[in-house]
Parts: sequence; C-alpha cells; structure tokens
Amino acid sequence: MSKWKLMMVVAIAILSIGVLAACGNAPDDAGTDDSSNEANASENNEEANADEDASVSGPINIDGSSTVLPIMEYLTYEYSQQNGDVTIALNSSGSGGGFKKSTVGEIDLSNASRPIKDEEIATAEENGIELHEIELAYDGLSVVVSQENDFLESLTIDQLKQIFLADGGATKWSDVNPEWPEEDIVIYSPGHDSGTFDYWNEVILEEEPMREGENVTLSEDDNTLVTGIKSDPYAIGFFGYAYYAENQDTLKVLGIDNGDGNPVKPDATTIQDGSYSPLSRPLFTYVNVAYMKEKPQVLDFVEFAIENAGAGAEQVGYVALPEEKYTEQLEAIKEKAAN
Amino acid sequence: MHTNNTSKLKNRVILNKLFKLLFIFATSIALLFLGVLIYRILSQGLDYLTIDFLKNYPAPYIEEAGIFAGLMGSLFMIAITAPVAIILGVSTAIYLEEYAKQNKFTRFIQVNVQNLAGVPSIVFGLLGLTFFVYMLELGYTLIAGALTMSLLVLPVIVVAAQEAIRSVPKELRDASIGMGATKWQTIWRIVLPASIPGILTGSILALSRAIGETAPLIIVGAAAAIYTIPDSIFSKYTVMPMQIWSWTSRPQEEWQYVAAAGIIVLLIILLCMNAIAVWIRNKFQNRY
Repeated sequence: MSKWKLMMVVAIAILSIGVLAACGNAPDDAGTDDSSNEANASENNEEANADEDASVSGPINIDGSSTVLPIMEYLTYEYSQQNGDVTIALNSSGSGGGFKKSTVGEIDLSNASRPIKDEEIATAEENGIELHEIELAYDGLSVVVSQENDFLESLTIDQLKQIFLADGGATKWSDVNPEWPEEDIVIYSPGHDSGTFDYWNEVILEEEPMREGENVTLSEDDNTLVTGIKSDPYAIGFFGYAYYAENQDTLKVLGIDNGDGNPVKPDATTIQDGSYSPLSRPLFTYVNVAYMKEKPQVLDFVEFAIENAGAGAEQVGYVALPEEKYTEQLEAIKEKAAN
Repeated sequence: MHTNNTSKLKNRVILNKLFKLLFIFATSIALLFLGVLIYRILSQGLDYLTIDFLKNYPAPYIEEAGIFAGLMGSLFMIAITAPVAIILGVSTAIYLEEYAKQNKFTRFIQVNVQNLAGVPSIVFGLLGLTFFVYMLELGYTLIAGALTMSLLVLPVIVVAAQEAIRSVPKELRDASIGMGATKWQTIWRIVLPASIPGILTGSILALSRAIGETAPLIIVGAAAAIYTIPDSIFSKYTVMPMQIWSWTSRPQEEWQYVAAAGIIVLLIILLCMNAIAVWIRNKFQNRY
C-alpha cells in the first residue's frame, strides 16, 4: 500500500509542477505570443538604435515551402551559430501554408517555391501587411524518366501538355509519337498542395486540369516519386533538380524544347542563365516589412540570408543566383528598412 | 464402429495440428517483418548514431546534424501529455464505470468515446489548431502541441481504464462497502490499486502512439528545424518524428541514414516507455 501511495504522491507532484508552471507562465504568455511581439519588438528596436553594436536577440518565426526548407535550414543554422541569442523556429507547411500564416502576420518570413498569388496579396493588404519578395536561389524543375527508358531524350512543351493534361489526348506513348512503344504512360507528380505542382500548373498545364486516376501517382514526398519512376521504363515525372542530381545513376533527365527546336537539359549553367526555360524557377522567401523594421533580429537575419544564400544553394543542391542579383536585393532591403 | 471412431479421432488430431501451424505461421509473419524492419533500420542508422547525434541540433551538414531538439521536445511533450491525458482519462473512466447511471445517455457517451479512438490523428490536429492555437490563443507552442496530443490519446486511455476498472471483482467492492468504506474510499483504496496494471498498460500504449505522431503536430506548428530547446511551456518546439520526416524527404541519400539513426533513438525511447509499463504492471499484478 505504501508504494501505491508513493506513486500517487509522485504523480500528483508531477502534475502540480505542470500546473504551477502553467500559472507561473501565464502572465508571460503575452511575451511569447505573436500578437504582442510587436510591442516588445519596438522596445528592442529602441535599444538597438541606442547601441548599434549590441548583438541582436529575440525570436524569428519562419514557415513555408518544403522545397525551400533545406536552403533555409542552412541559413538559419549558420546564423544561429553566430547569434546564439536569436531563437529561430523554422517550419515547413508548404508554400500555401506559409502564406496563410504570413498574410495574417503570424510569422516573420514565408518561404515559397512560387511567387505569391494575387489573392494572397489581397489578404495581406486587408490585414495591413506588406510582404517583400527575396529570391534565394534557382531550382530547375526536372522532367525525368527511368534510365531503362530508351526512346525518350527530350520533349517539347506541347508534348508535355499532351502527356500531362486531362484532355491532352495521350494515354499511351504511341499516342504522342507513333514511333514510341504502345505502352501506358505512367505519371508521377508532386501533390497539388506543393509549390512545385503550382509552378508546373502555371507554366506547363496553364491552369488546365492534370490527368488523374489510373496510372497517375501523386505524392508530397519527392523520394517516393524517384522510387516509382526509376523502376518503370514507361513512367515520367517531375520534381526539383536536387532530386534528379542525387539519382543520376537511375534517372534520365529530359531536355525541354521551348518551341525553338533546341532542347535544353537542366544543369547549373542552364538553370542560372535562364536558357533552361520555362522550367527554371526561383525559390523565394517573403519577409514581413513591418516586422523587419520593428525587430532588429529579423532585419539582421534577412541581410545574412541574402549574403549567404549563394553558398547555401550549392550546399543543398540548388543553383545560386548571379552575384549582382544578391547585391541588388541587399540594397533593396537596406532601403526598405531605412524608410 | 471401431474404425469410425479412430478416423474421427484422427481428424481431430489433424485439425488440432493444422490450427497450431496456422497460429505459428501468423506469429512468425509478424516477427519476420519486425525483424526485417529492425535489421534495415539498424544497418542503415547505427553508423550515424553517435554521441554527437544525440547532442546536436538540426544542421545542413550530415555529420553535424543531430536529434537533441527533437529528443528534448518529445520528452517535454510527453511530460505534459502524460499527466493531463492519464488524469482526465482515468477520471472519465471512473465516472463512466462507477458513478454514471446505465442509461441511454451513458451508452451514447461510451460509443462516442470508442469511436473517437479510431478517428484519424490529423482530425485531432485540426481540432487542436482551432481550439488551443486560436481560441485559447496559445499560439504554435509546446503546450498547444502537448494538449492536442492529450486529446488524441484520451479516448484510448478511457477505454483501457474502463476495461481495467470493470475487471476488478465485484466482491472486492462489496467487501469494502460492507466494512463501512464510502464509495470514494473504495475507489481510491480498492478499485484503483487493483486496476493499475491495466490502466498503465493502456496509458503507455497510448503515449507511445503520441510520441510517434507527426501529422497533428505539423498542423499545430511543430518546427522542422529549431536551435533551442523549450525553456517554458510557451516555447516553440519540435519532436523526433518531425525531424525524422524532415530528413527522409531530402534528396541526398545519406539523409535517409541520418533518419534511420533518428528512428533508432525513437525506438529506444519507446522501448524504455514500454519497459517501465511492464515493470509497473508486474509490481502491481496479483495483489488480490
């Protein structure tokens, strides 16, 4: 019986510690709550203005695209190595998920693998929020088939439409080109919530519905797409360049013919100089301009991010922007923050 | 007549053997897949499972990446989820079993609790987002995540605790009441101690589910990368499954091995939790 009592005492003790912690912290709740951060942040700002050399501190909240996550993780990691007092929380709920939070002012930075949509800008304006676009790196959306595929080397945009559109008219490879085998086209595509799909939807599908149902697999996990495509000679799919670069021994990347009869394959050069068109896309982060002015740590991090994004891009398998683009963006940011 | 009897006996013996084989087969299939899974995880992840891996925060470099933030986040989360879910769950079970009148309304609650145990976890995530994050204005914090997890595992704990309380022999209660004990004294001193093994087994299984969940926590805002451990219940946080999920979705193959190392840590924590449950159960078993 005594052991039983002891256990209950321990259990109650644990619980009451929890309750006490909750009560003790309740007044501070405001301190970590996003809404009142603005109040605290303006105090911080005054301090920072008073002493320019003071090291920055405070929270930075980032959310958005899982495609941008690796490069943003590089940037936040390197930044927090140098600025231990800044607490960064980096989430990954998709480009759209990030904008849902940034357009209502819940987060400081919103990562995206597509430009912000008009309706998202509208929501932000309703809430009196200005989001400033920053390009971090380029990604070449790569159209790939299996190494076992021996009939495809390149495709035109029209052929991609035929293959991927719901009423494109092709369900077998022979429908696209009579010389190709009479086998079902098997499609592997990122899920509809991803920015990767949004980009594809915009430049290839042009907002027409994509094929669905039989022989179409959607997955939010790009590694699932890689696995599906590499073992099926009649499969085709698309995803970020990094996933192709890591699987070059099992996947074959297709050249894309932009209508001029000259197919271009994605690589660091063609993605950076834009000749891999139209599937070369920028990766963005959008910063809340008001928070950038109010919170010195956000401005400091954004400057750090622009200065180091090029190195980050190479580390995680994306393509850096030309150096002058980073310089221009840095100046734009300094100007924004000064006003 | 005589031959007929032997053949009947023979049939029964064959049937007996057949079913024994079937059950062994079923068990070995489960064990086989468990074995393959553990072998795969260990062979991929063991090389990456170092002290540094346990101590480090997420990093873009494979050799520097670690699970410390996730490990601490998971432990803190369970430290909040466990008391909240167990106390609420066991209290509900006591009310339903000992106090509630057996009428249609009680049966309605019963059925609903049992159904809740089968609701997909993402639904609890949405509930947590609406209720804890927005209505209670807790934000995307550890406490909001932990309370969401409490809701997720609550039905399982209620059902397990009800079963355990129901299995305490009626004679024990009658004897206690007969000795002049009040209902509360009977519950506190007789029923609860006797049902502790069942309650704990159910609770630990439920908490093991909570520690492995990702989907609801993505919705209530567990971070994919964070370089601090929570210093209050209103801190940002991450948990082990979030980290593992973030690693498995990387293009570079080595990250899969880092993820495997993370899975090993998660499995070890799960095994420890289960070991504690078994130990407590054995301590309290056969008291009556």
